[in-house]
Amino acid sequence: MDEVKVIELKKSVFEANDRDADALRGELKERGVFLLNLMSAPGSGKTTTLIQTINRLKDKIRIAVMEADIDSDVDAVKIKDATGVESIQLHTGGMCHLDAEMTKQGLQALLVESRKTAGAQRQMTAGAQRQKTALLKEESQPDLVILENVGNLVCPAEFDTGAVKNAMILSVPEGHDKPLKYPLMFSVCDVVVINKIDVMPYFDFDLEKCKEYIHMRNPKATVIPICAKTGEGVEAFAEWLLKEVKNWKAK
Amino acid sequence: MHELGIVFYIIRDVKKAAEENGVTHVSSVVMNIGEVSTIVPEYLTDCWRWAADKEEMLNGCELIIEPIPAVTHCDGCGKDYPTVAHGKTCPHCGSEKTWLLRGNEVEIKEIVVPQSR
Repeated sequence: MDEVKVIELKKSVFEANDRDADALRGELKERGVFLLNLMSAPGSGKTTTLIQTINRLKDKIRIAVMEADIDSDVDAVKIKDATGVESIQLHTGGMCHLDAEMTKQGLQALLVESRKTAGAQRQMTAGAQRQKTALLKEESQPDLVILENVGNLVCPAEFDTGAVKNAMILSVPEGHDKPLKYPLMFSVCDVVVINKIDVMPYFDFDLEKCKEYIHMRNPKATVIPICAKTGEGVEAFAEWLLKEVKNWKAK
Repeated sequence: MHELGIVFYIIRDVKKAAEENGVTHVSSVVMNIGEVSTIVPEYLTDCWRWAADKEEMLNGCELIIEPIPAVTHCDGCGKDYPTVAHGKTCPHCGSEKTWLLRGNEVEIKEIVVPQSR
């Protein structure tokens, strides 16, 4: 039998990404750009909520959007058409989440694309081949960049994107017990938006129970009930976001 | 899909460690995977086989998983209990003031390489 040698690593798989994420946050801080990572299950209303929110804020601050999906550019086009703000589509190449390095590539593309038309697509490259480069300097940069993560409640929660704050949307038809089923997602979110409250009478959705379950996972989470379709409650989310952007720039 | 993403991270870290140690081929990689880490061990080893064989350094390299049982600590009574059997609620005192002590790990424990003569 061949002799072998054991090299001890004792290294968390997420360590490198956590480091990249912290570095990206530092860079964003320096440039005064606020990055929001928006997560949810597919179909909870992320894009509709964003359109409503952006239209309430776009005259107050400069906003840009990064849409991450496995394929297609429908969301980036939808955002651009409905709000007029800059939006780019990121393709994860089959991956179920974005990590800090992919987010950084997206930000670079966004800043370069900011003078061109929207709907541009970026194919992400796999782990090892990624280039480490600094964000490009641009004069007209957004105050707020919103990253619409891949619709998924498992993997995006594990990978820090470098965002300043994490938000997630839980829609009424999904059920009020979702925080019990996907605890990690709820524990990493600063704000939980409960969407589609207009259909609450048709579902056995207990808002108070839902809040209780969220706070069991994360006592500090802000919970904002909205209906993105009618606009009800969206003002409260827009105000939360505006306050956070201002805090980040002032600090 | 989730496990494949994790595999790419493992490959990156293992290749880096191997290069730092002047190793050209790795025989096996030992992982510590927590019971509630959201990783499905069988999926991880399947994805590993597919991706690792594409790398010269990791061709035929085995991924060995050492599971870590999940344990929750209760602040109410100070006792520990197995997480999977009892969840958030302490079986000793019924308190919900509990937190995960271990079982969330996704860690590369060690790599095994042929001994150079």
